Amino acid sequence: MTDAPAARPLLEVDGISVAFGAVQALQRVSMEVGRGEIVAIIGPNGAGKTSLINVVSGFYHPYEGRILFDGQNRTDFKPYDVAALGIARTFQNVALFKGMTVLDNIMTGRLLKMRGSFVLDALYVGPAKRQELAHRAFVEKIIDFLEIQAIRKTLAARLPYGLQKRVELARALAAEPDLLLLDEPMAGMNIEEKEDMCRFILDVHDEFGTTIALVEHDMSVVMDISDRVVVLDYGRKIAEGTPDEVRKDPAVIDAYLGVPHE
Amino acid sequence: MGILHAVLVAPFVDIASNPRFLAEVLIGGVAAGLMYSLVALGFVLIFKASGVFNFAQGVMVLFAALNLVGLIDLGVPVLAALVLTMAIMVALAFAIERVVLRPLVNQEHIILFMATIGLNFFLEGFGEMVWGANVKKLDVGIPDRSFLVSGIQMNQLELIAAVTAGILVAVLAVFFQRTRIGRALRAVADDHEAALSIGIPLKTIWVVVWSVAGLVAIVAGIMWGAKSGVQFSLSLIALKSLPVLILGGFTSIPGAIVGGLIIGVGEKIGEVYWGPLVGGAIENWFAYVVALAFLVFRPQGLFGERIIERV
Repeated sequence: MTDAPAARPLLEVDGISVAFGAVQALQRVSMEVGRGEIVAIIGPNGAGKTSLINVVSGFYHPYEGRILFDGQNRTDFKPYDVAALGIARTFQNVALFKGMTVLDNIMTGRLLKMRGSFVLDALYVGPAKRQELAHRAFVEKIIDFLEIQAIRKTLAARLPYGLQKRVELARALAAEPDLLLLDEPMAGMNIEEKEDMCRFILDVHDEFGTTIALVEHDMSVVMDISDRVVVLDYGRKIAEGTPDEVRKDPAVIDAYLGVPHE
Repeated sequence: MGILHAVLVAPFVDIASNPRFLAEVLIGGVAAGLMYSLVALGFVLIFKASGVFNFAQGVMVLFAALNLVGLIDLGVPVLAALVLTMAIMVALAFAIERVVLRPLVNQEHIILFMATIGLNFFLEGFGEMVWGANVKKLDVGIPDRSFLVSGIQMNQLELIAAVTAGILVAVLAVFFQRTRIGRALRAVADDHEAALSIGIPLKTIWVVVWSVAGLVAIVAGIMWGAKSGVQFSLSLIALKSLPVLILGGFTSIPGAIVGGLIIGVGEKIGEVYWGPLVGGAIENWFAYVVALAFLVFRPQGLFGERIIERV
């Protein structure tokens, strides 16, 4: 299922370590995400999965190791620089703009693509109007794609959790990212919502060719949709491979069943 | 019975008997109200974009006025002094972002609030150090003249203040609702982390919003300074704009205007028609009583976002 790898992987994480005080969140973790791949990062609670996503998206900075995106060193980039590179993300506990409508939320995802002057924007004439309409058209496409037409004008705060997660995915997609980072996209969902989300992730991958790295706590959900799986435990990478390989790996089984560490 | 008549009937008889005088009182109230609105606007802008209640807004008004007066007294032409003051306020915005806000990013709002208290005292002391503590007369060429329109007395300064406030509000409303920067501002106000993740640079947004608040402070400073001289008590008008904020809602630009008008008109009418009953000075406490009532019955204000508590 994996596409033939291009000259270099899109994202290379090279031996990064992150610590919060005395707590080692990540210890010399290395991994790669190739163009067009869906890679899942799994592991038990506190394994460092979210930390890894936060490092890649520039919210944390590692004290050692490097992050390369498209072959360039991006280790010290700030979150908004990372976004400008074409990396979009969602958050574990949904970070929508709660006081804005669903449509406005998704439109903010296009901010980086917008250009123009205050005056023209304010008067809403000429290029400003054309630009707004063009972006709006793209956003409508995503809204159709994720089947959220009916809640377009609803305030984000009033949506049920599962839909909020879907809107957050829509906002990330609106940026037309090269790499999409999803932090527990299925957390707190019921079975039906989880299946929907799996389907959307696969559809996004097929339709837009987006490379996706997703973090998930629940192993079973991601096995069907990922090309490769990276397993973290206590801040270290303990396994990597196809879903089938990882499933049989004794270290992974130990980690999930809670065999005591030496 | 006598009391009831004096409170509930007599003032209305007064009002009905002299509509021309009522019109003058109303105009005075509207003018005063818009002046409160101008100060309240500065609060709303910063609160909207960073969720921070900027305790120093009143002092920013004073600081802007002090700089303007100081420069004019040094012999700088009015227009050049105005441009220089604008530059100073923008520079101040850059400095605040760098020194105060950036080190405190993602901290609790109460911590940022405390930082603005510090900013308040710094600006007050700094202004006094540079320009001295004397009351200064601000003359930017707007004559404080009165004239009659169909028998109703009007004040030119108040009229200009009203028109300026109106224009300012219209421009800001359009800026927030229609421009890309406006959408980014609303996004930042709502959720810092998410705003960063979609590529909005917080730094830039904060500098923009504090600059705009600084420019609004200049306008407020000019109007108040021209009316009552530039003195350190000018920073206390911030206290008067607090009830305006509570009335209008902390996040609403139109709310700041309507709130200001209600307070301005309300206190003038109260003072003129009901004041004699209690020996006057209604003007001093009217705003706070209204604010108190709002806090009890409608804490989000007239136009604020409704507070929904999830349990």
